[in-house]
Amino acid sequence: MAVVSMLNVKPNPVEAAPPVQISLRGVRKYFGSSGFVAVDGIDLDIPQGQFFVIVGPSGCGKTTLLRMLAGLESVSEGTMKLNRTDPTRPENSMIFQGDSLFPWMTVYDNAAYGLRMRRVAEKDVEESVKLWLERIGLYRFRDRYPNQLSGGMRQRVSIVRAFANDPEILLMDEPFSALDEQNKMLLHEELLRIWEATKKTVVFITHSVDEAVTLGDRIMIMTANPGREKAIIDVPFARPRNVLELRHDPAYGDLVFHIWEQLRDEVQRARMNAEGGK
Amino acid sequence: MAKRSGLLGERFIGLLTPLALLGLWEAAARMGLVDARFFPPPSSIVNTFGALVASGELWTNLLASLRRLFLGMLLGGVPALFLGLAMGISKPLRAAIDPLISATYPIPKSAILPLVLLIFGLGEMSKVVMVALGAFYPILINTVMGVANIDKIYLDVGHNYRASRWQVFRTIALPGALPSIMAGVKLAMGMGLILIAISEMVAASDGIGYMIWNAWQVLTVDTMYVGLLVIALLGFVFSVILDEIERMLIPWKAKA
Repeated sequence: MAVVSMLNVKPNPVEAAPPVQISLRGVRKYFGSSGFVAVDGIDLDIPQGQFFVIVGPSGCGKTTLLRMLAGLESVSEGTMKLNRTDPTRPENSMIFQGDSLFPWMTVYDNAAYGLRMRRVAEKDVEESVKLWLERIGLYRFRDRYPNQLSGGMRQRVSIVRAFANDPEILLMDEPFSALDEQNKMLLHEELLRIWEATKKTVVFITHSVDEAVTLGDRIMIMTANPGREKAIIDVPFARPRNVLELRHDPAYGDLVFHIWEQLRDEVQRARMNAEGGK
Repeated sequence: MAKRSGLLGERFIGLLTPLALLGLWEAAARMGLVDARFFPPPSSIVNTFGALVASGELWTNLLASLRRLFLGMLLGGVPALFLGLAMGISKPLRAAIDPLISATYPIPKSAILPLVLLIFGLGEMSKVVMVALGAFYPILINTVMGVANIDKIYLDVGHNYRASRWQVFRTIALPGALPSIMAGVKLAMGMGLILIAISEMVAASDGIGYMIWNAWQVLTVDTMYVGLLVIALLGFVFSVILDEIERMLIPWKAKA
């Protein structure tokens, strides 16, 4: 347990060498006339190049937080700063939960979407899309439509769509939650492989503790209703990571246990609130 | 390949049923089971059909109807498409125009014919306008529905990738609504056929509707049947053509 309590120490801001890419101060979100508070006072600094994971029970406002980062939802209170290092690149691209590929576009056109919306020259679009589709092993399916692909392949195409757009920040909203365990494991490996090659800043949302520990550099546990920060935990595992070996490591089990312990109260509280019929 | 021959097989079966019914009719008329004055045997209708083709009368009437139908579909369909897309995208516009549509849609278009004749006279325009009225509503309503029912996640993707309004329209609203729009065009075509027949019966000196009405007045029953046959064939040909257009415009639906 000594390891675990060490992990629970908040990172020392002085030694944070890379510049801060995402900075939140007292960010709140409430909805309309109901006054329902989805996110309640989040303070957070995410350095550039970090794989940051937010884990919490369903309905804890983690998706709302991510949608605010993506610019799809307004911030009710507080400040949210996304520091750009390269103004020629897009700020962020989001990988959505569930099917978000356009059914009317081929794999290729879906993957090229971000670049084309930015009016990148078609020659450069082709180069980039080809590269990314090849990296994830889908180039030979480029002329297929999404309904001709399996769920796992579709989600790989959405990953390519976001990576090919070359944003500074990648936002991922439970991108693998609809997939079976085997597919999920393969996609974790693939995501780690292509992410480790680019080292983009990532904010990844999940309700799976395993997924959080496998992928993340740092994990924020959120409380439910209203969504607040409960704890921030550093993940000590070196990169590049091998998903299978990692899960074999006793330290992995300890960390999962430690996070799950903190999360369990929240999940139970969220469930009681839901059953209380509020 | 298997899919293709399956399709042909279905088309073949589809042709078989009407042919069998025609055979029964022929037999019944010849044996006097039905009154041949009202139900002339198909063979005699085919003869009349041949005669009308040979005299050029059928072509003249067919071309007149097709021209009105085509112009009417354009006159009603194009504004319906654009208005529908705009209403689908803009909620205020939808709120402003929806009541007008709901109030005027249930009026039978045939009931407006006298008014249309009064306003547009007995010339070509009144017939074209009747078809346009019939085409306008189904295309408008289906287009609005098609755009409004596009899954919100696709719009989120568009916004997240910083698509401009025009880009959202071109890459999401239009293709997303296309299946529904095509369904509207098919309904509009059926409506157009009904309305062109009615308006030509009342107020035209050529066209398939006129030909049928004239045949009633001079009691050439065979010619009436030829007119019905031509309208039925038109409906069939149009639906085949529209299906092909749909296959080309919406390839992601076909290749499931």
